[in-house]
Amino acid sequence: MASDPSTRPDGLPRDGVPAAPVIDIRSLTKRYVLGAEQVVGVDGLNLKIERGEHVAIVGPSGSGKSTLLNLLGCLDTPTSGEYFLDGIATHTLSDADLAFVRNQKIGFIFQSFNLLPRFTAWQNVSLPLAYAGESRGERKRRALAVLDKVGLASRQEHRPSQLSGGERQRVAIARALINSPSMLLADEPTGNLDTKTGAEIVGMFEALNRETGVTVIIVTHDPALAAKCRRMVRIVDGRIVEDRKAA
Amino acid sequence: MIDGFFDALENIWLNPLRSFLTMLGVIIGVFSVVTLVSIGEGAKKYVNDQFAALGSNVIIVTPGGTRTSGGPPVITDAQHKLTLEDCYALRRCPSVTHVAPIILGAASLKLGGKLRERSTVIGTNYDFQIARSMYVEHGQFLPEGDAAGGRNVCVIGQTVLKDLFPDGRLPLGEWLRINQRPYRIIGIMQHNSFGLGFDINDIVFIPINAAKELFDTDEMFEVVIKVQSAERVKSAIDEVTVMMKRRHDDTLDFTVHDQGQIMEAMGNVLNILTYALGGIAAISLLVGGIGIMNIMLVSVGEKTREIGVRKAVGATRGDILWQFLVESVTISVAGGSIGASVGVLLALALHWAFPKFPVEIKMWTIMVALGFSIGVGVFFGVYPARKAAKLDPIEALRYE
Repeated sequence: MASDPSTRPDGLPRDGVPAAPVIDIRSLTKRYVLGAEQVVGVDGLNLKIERGEHVAIVGPSGSGKSTLLNLLGCLDTPTSGEYFLDGIATHTLSDADLAFVRNQKIGFIFQSFNLLPRFTAWQNVSLPLAYAGESRGERKRRALAVLDKVGLASRQEHRPSQLSGGERQRVAIARALINSPSMLLADEPTGNLDTKTGAEIVGMFEALNRETGVTVIIVTHDPALAAKCRRMVRIVDGRIVEDRKAA
Repeated sequence: MIDGFFDALENIWLNPLRSFLTMLGVIIGVFSVVTLVSIGEGAKKYVNDQFAALGSNVIIVTPGGTRTSGGPPVITDAQHKLTLEDCYALRRCPSVTHVAPIILGAASLKLGGKLRERSTVIGTNYDFQIARSMYVEHGQFLPEGDAAGGRNVCVIGQTVLKDLFPDGRLPLGEWLRINQRPYRIIGIMQHNSFGLGFDINDIVFIPINAAKELFDTDEMFEVVIKVQSAERVKSAIDEVTVMMKRRHDDTLDFTVHDQGQIMEAMGNVLNILTYALGGIAAISLLVGGIGIMNIMLVSVGEKTREIGVRKAVGATRGDILWQFLVESVTISVAGGSIGASVGVLLALALHWAFPKFPVEIKMWTIMVALGFSIGVGVFFGVYPARKAAKLDPIEALRYE
């Protein structure tokens, strides 16, 4: 039931690199109904993120940054506005097509790692490939290669419970990388780690961004983590109040 | 799909007790279907064998017309008796080879000091053994040519023999007193395993004319007719009917039974019984399905976060639906296979422990039971799987 990996919803070949920005959102608005009240998650956002950027999205809790993260990750659909991801008009896509976009374009990294406890490290890493229709052998081969890249080649057969927090997050990063996505979307990636391990993970994001050119977007309220990013977007009450690029 | 299957097997393996308890309903359901239907099929085969042992290509004439469907009437309304002369006439029917008149009665047997009250006595002739495929083991059967008159001889069955002569002595040539009259024992029947309702070995045979005298009647209880071949049973029935009507002033005050029809009727009754038993057993399969649904709902709850993760990395609703459906079907088919094996083993064990106990394991029983367990897995798996597929990934990822 996995989508055919040889074509994409926009009809472009898989290896074609679109010239469009990775993220191009226009007047993006999301409202919720909570009980009797209407809550505005994000309110008419405009934002462009180019290929290879390293961006932090910051803001106090309740500011709408989680809503934005869900929209950027195609886990949620906007009430109004447009969202082009690699030139794909995601706001027009069906549920199944959005799943395909998540599979091919987005690598999620969560605060609480979200590894499947029953699976070994390499099985966790290979999970997105299962939905890309890859064979079992190919999945293992590629998962081991990516695990090697994040320095966990020796941990391939360990289950999450046998790994440290930092190792778990590195497995999660390997999982996010395995389909060579257009962007890594990290939600408080250091929130469950001690300072030293957190710094290692941050360093890994930096290195990945520098060496492979993958776009990295980190949602955080940790100023230290935000300071490491070359661009910072601050959100308050569902609007962008600051968009600063480091010199 | 193959991944889903392995994943499901792994799940079952990781939680053996829970998996077993989940499967138990299906195991019991399939097991009881297979066992009960095997017993039902065995009973059917048993009845068929029993009738076959009573001789094939047999038709039976009884006095009295057919009022409703079913067996011969208990009280005859015949205007004309079924007489020995009718029997002689029936011999002239071209499709008929043997005609055995039957007079049935009960009498006391006495031999030396031993008295046996109310024993079954059948008056018949030489043709009986061919029509009914019952033969003597020692001595001879009733002599040919019963028209010669009531010769005082008798042939006894194995049960009578064992009762009267427990020492194993062969009483050929001795005198048996039936209702005070002496009959010389000229033959002993083979043991017959016919087991429907009465002991066919507990019978004394005497010549038809002797029975007429003994029971003071000239009316036959029934007439057993052997037909040349299976193909001629229908024409034999026609011939017998025409002949009898002509002899009975054109009235249909007798009934012609085809033994095949009786067998068929019995078979239908047993079929209904078998399906009813199987149906009752299938209810437990249904209960097993509810058990699966229950555990699948728990499983969906436990895996909420996993579903969120899978959706985040690209699983569609269909993928998730499929995953849980494969899991429930794997559980139910595993349960079904175990149940079918246990059922077959129990049926074989029953047959081994009680060789007389009729058991017939049919391949279709196992296939139907397994098919049903797949159906149960799909039917009761769809709801939990749909619930899983419809989960909102954002909610699912937030779930603790």
